[in-house]
Formats: sequence, structure tokens, C-alpha cells
Amino acid sequence: MTSLERAARPAAWAEPPAVLRFVLDAWTVAEAELQKLAHDPTELLTRAVQPVLWLLVFGEVLARARAIPTGHLDYIDFLAPGVLAQSALFSAIFFGIAVIWERDLGVLHKYLVSPASRLSLVTGKALAGGLRALVQAAVVYVVAALIGVHLQLGIPQILGVAVVLVLGAAGFATFSLVIACLVRTRERFMGIGQVLTMPLFFASSAVYPVALMPTWLQVLARVNPLTYQVDALRSLMVSGGTATFPVPLDAGVLVLALVVLLLIAGRLYPRLAM
Amino acid sequence: MPQAIQTNELTRRFGTVTAVHALSLEVRPGEVFGLLGPNGAGKTTTIKMLITLLPPTSGSATVAGYDVATQQRLVRRAIGYVPQLLSSDGTLTARENLAVSARLYHIPGEVRRDRIDDSLAFMGLADVGDNLVRTFSGGMIRRLEIAQAMLHRPEVLFLDEPTVGLDPVARRAVWEHVRRLRDAEGTTILLTTHYMDEAEELCQRVGIMHLGRLVALGTPASLAAEVGPGATLDDVFTHYTGSDLNEGGTYRDVARTRRTARRLG
Ligand SMILES: Nc1ncnc2c1ncn2[C@@H]1O[C@H](COP(=O)(O)OP(=O)(O)OP(=O)(O)O)[C@@H](O)[C@H]1O
Ligand SMILES: [Mg+2]
Repeated sequence: MTSLERAARPAAWAEPPAVLRFVLDAWTVAEAELQKLAHDPTELLTRAVQPVLWLLVFGEVLARARAIPTGHLDYIDFLAPGVLAQSALFSAIFFGIAVIWERDLGVLHKYLVSPASRLSLVTGKALAGGLRALVQAAVVYVVAALIGVHLQLGIPQILGVAVVLVLGAAGFATFSLVIACLVRTRERFMGIGQVLTMPLFFASSAVYPVALMPTWLQVLARVNPLTYQVDALRSLMVSGGTATFPVPLDAGVLVLALVVLLLIAGRLYPRLAM
Repeated sequence: MPQAIQTNELTRRFGTVTAVHALSLEVRPGEVFGLLGPNGAGKTTTIKMLITLLPPTSGSATVAGYDVATQQRLVRRAIGYVPQLLSSDGTLTARENLAVSARLYHIPGEVRRDRIDDSLAFMGLADVGDNLVRTFSGGMIRRLEIAQAMLHRPEVLFLDEPTVGLDPVARRAVWEHVRRLRDAEGTTILLTTHYMDEAEELCQRVGIMHLGRLVALGTPASLAAEVGPGATLDDVFTHYTGSDLNEGGTYRDVARTRRTARRLG
């Protein structure tokens, strides 16, 4: 074989154009993640236990106590979208640990030596992190229906919930990936993960209206993407749900946060393998 | 003819540690080249710079004619890499692992299936293609990884300690496959190893690294001849690095072998 033939080998087939390559590569990465879930769904199912408990225990108790004024909306109807967002957050925020694990194994290196752009790799990871939330959503919907939450079951509303949920969860998964790239070890990540989730959760309108919060917490809630995710879910998921912002604004904030985080993650991701 | 790999004063520092010091090296197309050296010699760091995972602190290098600092995507398209750790995804099947790589290199759908089947057969994994990699032995995982790194027919293949942690039978099987790849595909191969028998079996030329520097370079026979009559490659290694291979591993060595073993279980 001459060196010329050898040099021609990698280009033996035409490469798709860059934009298409980006989409294909991201989907390849996401699909591999989904295949893993299909082989072993136990983790995802155990993560669905937590939102169910929140709805059944926390929701029922507080609804009975009538401790939190939620206007004309039943507390349980108010809470359901919050619990949905929360369950997505809690599972997405630990997404980074899988990435550190992949680094420790060497799986990460395999991805990084491929010609795929770093941004497409993290986008694929983020997408997978987002899609995972849909499985939990299905569980939450079933339980919510059983305990009498007034769900909106129209196709547009359900699709809207799916989109908002995937956007938000993808954003938090990417946030988690960024943290993972910064702290680099599983031990440190576990500590940080715990420290981050609670403020994100409580400085949002997930379990009580923003209006009830002290001013400093309201400020935090305003810059917290979770607030916008819950806000959109509240419009789309339950009938009579009142939102603070229009859904397109909520979605816009989530998209913006996701894009910014992806750009940061795309920069940091390769450093994990150094 | 351009060299498959060419480095020019390639240097990488981590803080105050100089992991690779002014390495200048050429590997010819079609050659199997061995990088030897004790733990911490800088072998993995060298490979990481050549495969674009780690930017050099100074100096330059080309792989398959492309600059590793400025033409990263072209380098990546032209290389295959098997990391020191067992890197196939244990939670996917062998076929799924291969499919991920095939797709990231944009091997067209029609070719992809055939090529995955062929490479499973080539590596003796045809019967277990649909099993989770978690259930594989270390030798099987290594063969799968080599298959995965070769799917897109790279010009240059990097193998970082391809047989660490494998039993003698599995090691021989990996050697056999590396030789067949070289003969069938004419692939240039750069491998690192601690095992002198491995270097003697596989490599046309070897370079010995010690504390980040290249301290010897040549064919196994010529290096042995330089050290003295009747010398083996083991003697060459001891001569240049001052370390006795039979002293037993360092902590890192043991930890890594354990880690590998745990992956297999
Ligand atoms: N990411 C890093 N950060 C800091 N120091 C590093 C890093 N990677 C490697 N080093 C240091 O660089 C030196 C060379 O390491 P390298 O892994 O390249 O050696 P090696 O020859 O591959 O050794 P081994 O046989 O143990 O795999 C060592 O002193 C190591 O501690
Ligand atoms: Mg090494």
C-alpha cells in the first residue's frame, strides 16, 4: 500500500456537512446513554420514588394543613408541577458523577479522540440527561392522576410539558457536567452536589409561591432557572394553574441558560481527560 | 514520504514536574514502535499529546502529517487509540460500543453493519457481540477496544499498555491480533509497555523513556548489542533506567492492576 492510499483512507467516505455532523454526533452520544438506561432502568425507577413520596406525603399533609396560600388553586395542584421539576432537577444534578466515572474508566478518552466536536459531545450528554426526565414525568403523572390532581391532558399541553421538562433537565445536567469538570473527583462532587441542590430547590417556586419568600430569597428565585421551569409547568400541566410569566418567556430563559451552559461545558469537558 | 509520527522537542510540564522533556522522535509509516519506560516515565503523557487530548507546553508534533496543535480534527480522523484503562463501556453490548464509534466517525450505514460484523469476527468476538461488555474477560475487552479503535481504518494506532493485567494466554491473543492488523492493514502502531518480551515480540524499533527523556532508541537487537554481548532487552532497560523490572510494581502499578481486575469482575 502506498502512503497516498493510506492517506486517503480516513476519507474513504464523504463526511456530512458540519451542521448535520453536529446533530448526528450529539444524537449518537445521547442514544448510547439511552441504551444504557434500557439495559438497566433500575436507577431511573428508584429516582422516581422520591417525587412520588413528595406528592403523597408532603403534598397531602400540607394540602390538609392549608398552610400555604395558593389562591384558588388546590395546594396539591400547585405542588405537582413543582415536584415534577424537582424530580428532574435531583436526578440531573448528579449527572456529572457519571461523567467523572467515565473519565476514571477511560470511556471519556474514547469520545474525545473521535473527530466529534466537543460541543456536540456535551450536547448529546445534555440531551440524554433531559430525556431521562420524561420517564420520571410518566410516573409523576400516573401518581398525580391517582391522587386527584387536575391534570391537563391535551396533546399540546403534554408536549409543552415534555419540552419544558427536557430543556430544564438538560440545563441542570449540563450544569452538573460543568461542576464535574471543575471538581474532577467523585468524592468532591458528591459533597458539592448536595450543597447545590437544596438552594436551587428552595430558592424556587417549586413548593411555595415566590411571593411568600423573604426579599433576598425572591432575588435568588428570580435568577434561578428552576423558577422559570416550574412557572411554565404550572401553566401547562394543571388546569387553572396560574403562572407569573408567559410560557415563551420561561422557555426562552431555559434555552438561554442551556446554551450558555453548553458553551461552558464544551470548553471544560476536554480538560477532564488531561 | 512524511513520517507517521514526528515530534520536535515535544515538552509537557505539570506544575514543576516535567513529564515529557524535549522529545524528538520519528515513527515511519507501517512501523510498530514501542515506547518503554518505568512508571512515570512520561509514556502516557506523550501519547496524550500525540492524540490531541493534552496540549504540549512547548515543542510540536505531527501525526499522519497533521499538526497536533492546529489540525486536531484531521489528526483525530486519522488515529485510533486504546487507553491504558479498559475503556469500553461495560453497560453497553460489544456491538453497541462499536456502533457508537462507527457513527462518530461517520462510517455510512451500509458499510457500518458489515464492518462491525467483520471486526467482531476478526477479533474472535462474533459469538458475544450482543452481550454486555461487563460480562467479558479482560482479554476480550482489550480485543474489543482494538476493534473499536480500528473501525475507521486509522493510519496510526496508539496502544497504551495493551496487555497490562492480562493473563499470558490473553496477552498472546492480543499480540497475535496486533500483528495481524499490522500485516493486513499496514497500520502504523505506537504502543507503550513495561514488558520487554512484548516489545521484542511486536516492535521493530523501541524507544526507552526515563523521567521524561528519551534515553535510548533503536531496534531491540541493536540496543542489546550496544549494552554488551549476550545482553537482553531487560538488561538494556535496566542499563538505561537504573530500575530493575523484577523488583515488583510500585503503588501506582498495583493500584492500576487492581483497578483493571475490578473492571473485569
Ligand atoms: N494530569 C496530570 N497532572 C499532574 N501530573 C501528571 C498528570 N499526568 C501525569 N503526570 C505526571 O507526569 C509524569 C509522567 O506520567 P505518565 O502517566 O505519562 O507516565 P507513564 O510512563 O505513562 O507511567 P505508567 O507506566 O505508570 O503509566 C508522572 O510523574 C505523573 O505523576
Ligand atoms: Mg502510562
